[in-house]
Amino acid sequence: MFDDGAPIYRQIADQIKAEIMNGSLEPGGKVMSTNQYAAFYKINPATAQKAFRDLVEEGVLYKQRGVGMFVAEDAREKLAGDFRARFFDDVLQPLIREARQAGISLTDIIDYLKTQEGVLK
Amino acid sequence: MSFSVSLRDVTLKYRDSEALSNVNLELEAGKIHGLLGRNGAGKTTLLSLLAAFRKPTAGTVLVNGGPIWENAEIVSRVALIREGGDFDDSDTVKSSIETGEIRPSFDRDYALKLADKFELPLNKKVRSLSRGKRSVLAAICGLAARAELAMFDEVHLGMDAPTRDAFYKELLADYMDREHTIVLSTHLIDEVANYLEEVVILDRGSVLRHEPVEAFQRMGATLTGPADAVDAVAVGLEVLAEQRLGGTKSATVTVLDAPTRERAAASGIEIGPVGLQDLFIHLTSPERDGA
Repeated sequence: MFDDGAPIYRQIADQIKAEIMNGSLEPGGKVMSTNQYAAFYKINPATAQKAFRDLVEEGVLYKQRGVGMFVAEDAREKLAGDFRARFFDDVLQPLIREARQAGISLTDIIDYLKTQEGVLK
Repeated sequence: MSFSVSLRDVTLKYRDSEALSNVNLELEAGKIHGLLGRNGAGKTTLLSLLAAFRKPTAGTVLVNGGPIWENAEIVSRVALIREGGDFDDSDTVKSSIETGEIRPSFDRDYALKLADKFELPLNKKVRSLSRGKRSVLAAICGLAARAELAMFDEVHLGMDAPTRDAFYKELLADYMDREHTIVLSTHLIDEVANYLEEVVILDRGSVLRHEPVEAFQRMGATLTGPADAVDAVAVGLEVLAEQRLGGTKSATVTVLDAPTRERAAASGIEIGPVGLQDLFIHLTSPERDGA
């Protein structure tokens, strides 16, 4: 389950983000507790806690003392915004690098993207 | 309540050889610590000191802030479970479990519940148990001790994979239920890595590394790619191991900072993770000296 080399707490944080983006976690909804996460993934609770702490710091989750963790109302917009900000550096740049290694020109890529406009909605 | 551990300048000699040499180690209370080391590195000796099974030749061993030696109050709340347990072979399983009652915190109901869950035959003699079941009995006694410092030394030996998994799950559930300190000594590193918060690596009687588990995770990386490119990136890095296959080279390095990572990626090098177990193998390799 955890294998791509990133620290486990980051993988858990990413998974929670993905669940918020795909709608399985609703804004304002309650998130499972640290201990539930730890038991489910069979990890040290401190590791799960680190994931939650990062998400609270990023404003994706908020804590209600004694009650639990909840998804921030604006979490989805926030995550979409973060993704837009990282898109060119994290997604496009490596793609262009690989394309160049394979001998695909920038014009070819642009032409392809143009044909996709309207197809992908 | 949970116990902290502190070793100060601890040396333990067996006749002429030093099993532990001048060890300084602090284990924080309330965490799950992994104790790793090759055979003969001093793991069992260290745990014996923490349970007051032995007295150090020199230095101080403190548990919960006080000396552990001849300290019955503390010792009764420390459990060291050794491989195969320390049972009387002619006892029944049930009476072996009940010897735990000398501890103030022993939880009989929990012990019997676990015995049922792990399918231990209560009325059989300990000597008739398989190695795996004997290890289960030892593990159960360790859990049911409800100790403030619980140490498991290679207790998984002989258990099959599903049983080990069930044991770790139970250990984690008990840990989340009740704050206490756990030390797991094992050779099955990758199996327990995710349960740990801190890792201590012992090597030849000394502490080689002591770090939070993520530090180890960040520590290692394998760089695989054209030999020239790998060599260029690896300049100045601590290389633990190298392998070559034709023009391709793979180097395992301890630290890879973000700029180097980017540089490596830009020159077509594949960057892979190093599991705790592989890192351990490299760090404790006999060819490596004075790391």
